[in-house]
Amino acid sequence: MRRYLIPLVVFAVLVLVLAVGLNLDPSLVPSPLIGKPAPEFTLPRVKDTDKTLSRSDLLGKVALFNVWASWCTACREEHPVFMELARTNRVPIYGLNYKDQLDDARRWLTDLGDPYVATGFDSKGRVGIEWGVYGVPETFVLDRNGVIRYKRIGAVTRRILQEEILPLITQLEGEQE
Amino acid sequence: MKRRCVLMLVAVLSLTPLAGAAVEPLQFSDPAQEARYLNLITGLRCLVCQNQSIAESDAPLAADLRHEIHKMIQNGASDREVVDFLVARYGDFILFRPPFKPKTYLLWFGPLILLILGLAVFIRVMRRRTGEPAPELTDDERQRLGRLFSSINEEKRP
Repeated sequence: MRRYLIPLVVFAVLVLVLAVGLNLDPSLVPSPLIGKPAPEFTLPRVKDTDKTLSRSDLLGKVALFNVWASWCTACREEHPVFMELARTNRVPIYGLNYKDQLDDARRWLTDLGDPYVATGFDSKGRVGIEWGVYGVPETFVLDRNGVIRYKRIGAVTRRILQEEILPLITQLEGEQE
Repeated sequence: MKRRCVLMLVAVLSLTPLAGAAVEPLQFSDPAQEARYLNLITGLRCLVCQNQSIAESDAPLAADLRHEIHKMIQNGASDREVVDFLVARYGDFILFRPPFKPKTYLLWFGPLILLILGLAVFIRVMRRRTGEPAPELTDDERQRLGRLFSSINEEKRP
């Protein structure tokens, strides 16, 4: 009976490893920027290109940084979630308009609503590269000191907001400066 | 003549990773820089089309990164600096060749460990099959065996 024990244990371990592995999404690339300061940037604002949005604007409070584009359908899906969040005034949301046309971006905000304190216009995607953006939408959570603490790849759903993002915001607000 | 042909063949074949390269005339005045550029972009993964290098991929991000690398090389960045720049922002996954560091030890040593384990099991199983000698018979059992053999022999006789 004991000779079957070792193969059985090996099999059980293998099943466990495969069960975990097959449930993961291999196309998700974990960000090496977690725990690092948000990159320096200065961009014109979508709604008023005479004004700028820079890294320094994000400092001093816990903030969300949402990368979006008018041509991105998943961004459209997550947009209502950000509108609801903006209405609660729980946390400031900043936008990065990625590789888009200015008119399209403006029309998008006018038609669907603007949940952002401000949105930077990154037409070439150069600032996106600094943030390690490889697809839209992507959402970052920054702490008061401008350190990236969380990155969500793909649309933010209500569930992700409730279960991951909002608790994190509360935790970060409780941290010392 | 023959040697030159072989060298030409090798030179041309070494460019095959670029056979699928996206059409894009990024120029370098210095051929050494161009060689470095080509080497870099074939060794970096496109994060959008993750089985392609950024040399081959048509994704906009791949084009952006090619331009960025081109700019960096022209501004005097070393290969190391270009790689570090990208890995800092996108992680080790952007490299086609996984780096050899503690995080990837399991990846590098895993197959070897499994091979050794497999060999160990194999040896053990083989030894068990051939190793066991037949147990000694007691006197009683030997007599029984003798009687059994003779009864079989009697049955065999026509």
